[in-house]
Amino acid sequence: MGRIVLDNVTKSFGNAQVIPPLQLTIEDGEFAVFVGPSGCGKSTLLRLIAGLEDVTSGKIEIDGKDVSGLAPAKRGLAMVFQSYALYPHMTVRKNIAFPLKMAGLARAEIKKRVDNAAAVLNLTDYLDRRPGQLSGGQRQRVAIGRAIVREPAAFLFDEPLSNLDAALRVGMRLEISELHERLKSTMIYVTHDQVEAMTMADKIVVLQAGVIEQVGSPLELYRAPRNTFVAGFIGSPKMNLIDGPEATKRDAHTIGIRPEHIAVSSDSGSWKGKVNVSEHLGSDTFFHVQGTGLADSLTVRADGEVSFRHGDDIYLTPREEHIHRFDAKGLRIA
Amino acid sequence: MATQHSRSAARMMMAPAVVLLLGWMLVPLCMTLYFSFKKYLPLRGGDLGWVGFDNYVRFVSSSSFWPSVYATLIIVGGVLAITVVLGVLLAILLDQPMWGQGIVRMLVIAPFFVMPTVSSLVWKNMFMDPNYGLLAYLWRFFGAEPVQWMSQASLPSIVMIVSWQWLPFATLILLTAIQSLDSEQLEASEMDGAPVISRFWHIILPHLSRAITVVILIQTIFLLSIFAEIFVTTGGAFGTKTLSYLIFQRVLESQNVGLGSAGGVYAIILANIVAIFLMRIVGKNLDN
Ligand SMILES: Nc1ncnc2c1ncn2[C@@H]1O[C@H](COP(=O)(O)OP(=O)(O)OP(=O)(O)O)[C@@H](O)[C@H]1O
Ligand SMILES: [Mg+2]
Repeated sequence: MGRIVLDNVTKSFGNAQVIPPLQLTIEDGEFAVFVGPSGCGKSTLLRLIAGLEDVTSGKIEIDGKDVSGLAPAKRGLAMVFQSYALYPHMTVRKNIAFPLKMAGLARAEIKKRVDNAAAVLNLTDYLDRRPGQLSGGQRQRVAIGRAIVREPAAFLFDEPLSNLDAALRVGMRLEISELHERLKSTMIYVTHDQVEAMTMADKIVVLQAGVIEQVGSPLELYRAPRNTFVAGFIGSPKMNLIDGPEATKRDAHTIGIRPEHIAVSSDSGSWKGKVNVSEHLGSDTFFHVQGTGLADSLTVRADGEVSFRHGDDIYLTPREEHIHRFDAKGLRIA
Repeated sequence: MATQHSRSAARMMMAPAVVLLLGWMLVPLCMTLYFSFKKYLPLRGGDLGWVGFDNYVRFVSSSSFWPSVYATLIIVGGVLAITVVLGVLLAILLDQPMWGQGIVRMLVIAPFFVMPTVSSLVWKNMFMDPNYGLLAYLWRFFGAEPVQWMSQASLPSIVMIVSWQWLPFATLILLTAIQSLDSEQLEASEMDGAPVISRFWHIILPHLSRAITVVILIQTIFLLSIFAEIFVTTGGAFGTKTLSYLIFQRVLESQNVGLGSAGGVYAIILANIVAIFLMRIVGKNLDN
């Protein structure tokens, strides 16, 4: 069980208010992802939920029980840290067993649970090693193992994959998603990686300067960003935002169009520009187009086979049904 | 980097320092060895020729030898125990954020800068004097008979004085070690449900183990040769004669250079045994 409710939670460090009053509910079994630019308060929010920081005001409820004043261990949550925070002088087995030992479980029960977790995470062969003798991915799994043996109400992850290389990250991403499928427990996951947020989340919480900009499923956020910040933040490459006459023509202050919703052609289209940089990914090609008079640079996505050179003329045609309109305050116009 | 050329250049440049160090250590060592095989009494006939291992046998069979070994071990062991335990506690205390942290840290380190002779005299006369020492006042205040520190509790007194001098060193090293502990590790153990005491035993103390061995190693080497503290307090009386003090007495008070040198060679052997022993512990600790 793990329904987490933040009710008017605020957090200040000295005079600086990092989290203004904030309202958020994470349902039981949900995979919630916090995203936002660096310094927006993602870690702080997670640490508030974990109990590693005290709330300045407001209250945090877990399964209907006010836990704002409870010590971290009493909240029944487990956290996986960015640095893994394994205990370097203990073997993998002792690391995973540590929370159980602290909880005073019987030795046989501890052994059973550790062996179980090790089997789930493919760590059985490494149980007698120390963290220093493991690879990054293995350390990550030990950290997760230490979290799952406690059978917590919810898992908290603070950028757990940011120290891993790209290939391993993809692997671990899948493993964590699988783990969520299997355990069905609530997970809160902090990242500033787009792809992690989009692929893993049931619910994405977009934060900016401690304020929740939008909460929703990945596709909701992709299809209907509530404001220009969310529009620019979700989706990769970023959505093109265009001000001026082209927007006024559509009764908006700003319009947004994603790179994948623009068709390219070498002879005709609505907008004309020159190709600056092209990025060939094999499956797709991204062109950075300048000189359209709409924005400094527009990004468009084309098929991997489409080929333009630097300086070539290019014609762009947006798909009208995919144009997002925003008013002067940056809010979405329905 | 390490080409043939740069390596020989490096050797050339290190040579003066190495030669100086070797001279510094080898000359006295050789002279000690040389004299230890001679009967040499500067005021009673001077050099009286070679005597083989006579001095070595006499030094060990003298009635003050074993008591001096005992006194040395008690002082070294006592000071190590006190400085390490209090050092860990002080380091944890100083690591907490508090008002006036800089000044408090300065004050804690201060005793280290007081010369051993001075601090021993201060302790002896201002604190431990049975008539007008501060501790005597304290004892009388509670209606107790003041302790004759230097005679009734001579070894504990010296252990106390030396510990006071070396506590700052231990605290300083342990404090830097504590500060290098990853705070996420402590937070993780907090999440894992470890109460304060368990966090100390399972996280902080293992993290400090390396620093503790370094403290023990360095202090042992220095403590084996403490001298001023004994000279100005008990003058070697009341069972406080350590090995180094015994050597001093043999050479300067009995004017027997040969016998003293033999003692010096024993001291070198003892120090090396301790050093090898401790190096292995540290080595094992540094391995992982
Ligand atoms: N202990 C602290 N004392 C004072 N200010 C703090 C403290 N911890 C965090 N802050 C401030 O709170 C803000 C949010 O920090 P936080 O670590 O939550 O950001 P974040 O979203 O996790 O960023 P990142 O993506 O870089 O990890 C930052 O402006 C930071 O400077
Ligand atoms: Mg962070």
